Amino acid sequence: MPLFLLSFLLLLCGAALPLLLWRRPLAAQRSAVCCAVAASAVGLVPVLRVLFTGVPASFSFPWSVPLASFSLLLDPLSALFAVPLLLLTGLAAVYGAGYLAACAGKKPLALAWAAFNLLTASMLLVFSAANAVLFLLGWELMAAASFLLVLFEHEREQARKAGFIYLAAGGTGALLLLGLFLLLGAGAPSMDFSDFRVPSGGAATAAFLLALGGFGLKAGFIPLHVWLPEAHPAAPSHVSAVMSGIMIKTGLYGIIRVLGLLKPWPEWWGWLLLGLGLVSCLGGALFALAQHELKRVLAYSSIENVGIILLALGLGVVAAACGAHQLASLAFAGALLHVFNHALFKGLLFMGAGAVLHGTGTGELEALGGLSKRMPAAAAFFMAGSAAACALPPLNGFAGEFLVYLGALRALNSPGSVALAGVLAGLALAAAGAVAAAAFTRAAGTAFLGEPRTERAAGAHAPGPLMAVPMFLLALLCLLSGLAAPLLLGPLSAAVSAGFGGYYGFAAGLEAMGPFLYISAAALCLLGLIALAAAKRRAFLGGRQPASGVTWDCGYAAPTARMQYGASSFAQPLTDFFQPLLRKLGQYPVISEYFPAKASFSTEAQAVFYNSVYTPAAVRLRDLAYRFSWLQHGRLQLYIMYIVVTLIGLLLWKL
Amino acid sequence: MEIVKPFCQYLAAMTLAPLLPGIVNRVKAFFAGRRGQPVLQLYFDLYKLLNKTPVYSRTATWVFRAGPVAGVSALVMALLLLPFAGRPSFLSFEGDFIFLIYLLGLARFATVLAALDTGSAFEGMGASREMQFAVFAEPAFFLGLAALVRVSGQTSLAGIFGALTPETWRQAAPVLALLTASFFIVLLAENSRVPADDPNTHLELTMIHEVMVLDHSGPDLAYILYGAALKLWLFAALIACMVLPRHSGSWAADAGLFLLVMAGVAAAVGIVESVMARLRLTKVPYMLITAFAFSALALIFQMGR
Repeated sequence: MPLFLLSFLLLLCGAALPLLLWRRPLAAQRSAVCCAVAASAVGLVPVLRVLFTGVPASFSFPWSVPLASFSLLLDPLSALFAVPLLLLTGLAAVYGAGYLAACAGKKPLALAWAAFNLLTASMLLVFSAANAVLFLLGWELMAAASFLLVLFEHEREQARKAGFIYLAAGGTGALLLLGLFLLLGAGAPSMDFSDFRVPSGGAATAAFLLALGGFGLKAGFIPLHVWLPEAHPAAPSHVSAVMSGIMIKTGLYGIIRVLGLLKPWPEWWGWLLLGLGLVSCLGGALFALAQHELKRVLAYSSIENVGIILLALGLGVVAAACGAHQLASLAFAGALLHVFNHALFKGLLFMGAGAVLHGTGTGELEALGGLSKRMPAAAAFFMAGSAAACALPPLNGFAGEFLVYLGALRALNSPGSVALAGVLAGLALAAAGAVAAAAFTRAAGTAFLGEPRTERAAGAHAPGPLMAVPMFLLALLCLLSGLAAPLLLGPLSAAVSAGFGGYYGFAAGLEAMGPFLYISAAALCLLGLIALAAAKRRAFLGGRQPASGVTWDCGYAAPTARMQYGASSFAQPLTDFFQPLLRKLGQYPVISEYFPAKASFSTEAQAVFYNSVYTPAAVRLRDLAYRFSWLQHGRLQLYIMYIVVTLIGLLLWKL
Repeated sequence: MEIVKPFCQYLAAMTLAPLLPGIVNRVKAFFAGRRGQPVLQLYFDLYKLLNKTPVYSRTATWVFRAGPVAGVSALVMALLLLPFAGRPSFLSFEGDFIFLIYLLGLARFATVLAALDTGSAFEGMGASREMQFAVFAEPAFFLGLAALVRVSGQTSLAGIFGALTPETWRQAAPVLALLTASFFIVLLAENSRVPADDPNTHLELTMIHEVMVLDHSGPDLAYILYGAALKLWLFAALIACMVLPRHSGSWAADAGLFLLVMAGVAAAVGIVESVMARLRLTKVPYMLITAFAFSALALIFQMGR
């Protein structure tokens, strides 16, 4: 535990030092990055120890804040979330040093780095807090720090809009969480999580729904996702990596903790989670396919992956409620493993998108192309991350989804509603996987392959070593954690035990070991086959030099880069098919003459939920609020009177 | 002897797979009243291509070269999981067909990226369509396998097909018939046969799989053609295992019968190709949705039993 506290301390130093050095931006940046990397290295030691031994560590010291105690508890579940947090923030800090170097002098780097380290510290606090007040403190710090980072490019109108939506979503979520903790803590001796009394009946349902709303607004599943595709792309890329990779997981962490507390679960909770997961994973993948901006594609893919995790949780809860505990354990383990895996590959993908933005100055897919020649390493890493996001073996995305599939297949042979849950979960995974594959081949293909579509893309420069090395390490981790999946089962079952109950962890470790050994062997075998096929190809060539020419152009004499299939064309068959859901706006040319002259064509991906659900609701709310505007008139003395009246009222109530 | 059998089975699959397209072509030639190319034509083509020097586009990068290698490796790997005449192959484990589906996904991913790497509008077109059809084919295929899991109570390919007996057909004939139909439609779409795609057309605008590999040549094209043959073998083997539930106890007799049925499936593909026209591109998803509906109906029947 002392090392864990040291890690905290280093992060706080990393937040304070840049502010002290604000006059020298590069020195501020260097100090912050050093602190972040040191904090990660130091923090990983106790966290990994907890994860591998399964023995929780705790720390507590008295604190004068009412109802609060400064008590931290690091159990395997916290540790499972803290490992990707520390890994990703450490690497993202190094990456950020390269990414932001060009902004020195133009942007308040010191503030950005202070916010970055504060964000890391607050997420660490969220994952390890054992007291509700402390947890909420961490939660709000996290929201504030990330808000500052979303507004990093505040001169762009889109970033300001994103920041405002993000603030509103965060505020609403925090309000719901306040209600949740009041409900759980009412009548308890303290606000420590261990002292919470477990509500039953209606109160339990209310607590579950409050948690789902409050934490869900952070996790970003559909329909609570509207802020996510705005805010994640607006932040600098290394922050997007952290936000998508790990910050949305704080919401899932909260949901899992509340589920662990509110046992036994009624079956309909599981169905609710399953339904939300289903909608999010299919919707997220489809919307990802329709986006025109690289980082927005990735943001929607995060929604898809949160959906997959929720789907697994839902399957587990349904199964557990029906008494099928073995397969529930597989689903829970799948959910947690995917939390870890998604953090790695989504971090990698956002860093890859950052390399594109850094090298070309734009993330618009239609303006890119041919970057594989200009930044070969970044292109290879991005494509590896894409393959992992499509859950392709031998990379790590497959392992977590495979566990969920395994649970779904076991469910198929169970009676009644569990079988239905299994079918739905498996089907959603298969369909979302296919759509995600289309979305990622489209993104990687149009950005990195073919010929550059604009001057900007043609003049792109490769990222420096500070940006490339973290990407390489993440890609390596994606491969290794895919190949070494059986080794992850021990820590994983410890985490499942801590989160859902001892039996589930034990069963998950036992049940998944056999298939995991097989898929790991099969993945190694696949790598061997690829190496063999490559070697044979070389042998077939026998030292002959391949000839080079132009791409086959069907005899057309003057091909240009603009004739390539673009991102919109690639997605068009599917987006047209799902147009009733996607509602993209488009302007199509009407050809009426034999020799059509100039024509223009445009499509725009709409934020469907934001435009057709939230905006009308917000307008309604604003109109309602206007009726009470007579209370808000800006006269100070009347405000003071309100306060006095409230205080007197409270006094009378207490008397 | 028991240890040698999987090797023999695997070797048979690897060497006989290029025969299936030959059979398809002969059946088509028969319907058209032509003599047609030799049954072994693909073997000759592969031999010729392996000895040729490839031409690479100046636009293409390493992705273009890696595509065929990854694609054929994924399929060679997938055959390791595939049962032969209802008997297990080398690898058989719980949920192995999920791994198989994702191996097919890997092959598709590699092929599509290699196609986009050329920067050609034609190949982009083919890649886009390939991904579109996969979105409909993959759920249909998964749901069909899920129905088989429910029928047999097993969760590995070898377990599923080992548990299928004539008795299962007697009890659940409608379910298995629907699944056979569904898998056959998926076979046609996944292997780019008529009515989803036409492997013979020379108009790039209407092709899907063929247009994606326009720029490949030499050993790379040989890998792609061989991978396509393996993929056809894979889907045909699943159908053959399903319609051939009898295990006589004699391995040689089973294997012989299985190979006959495989040839039958290839002939059926050829017949479909001869008597049907290619569907309009926008109609192909509906065909795959039909396959999905067949799988779903089969699953519903089985769950209701």
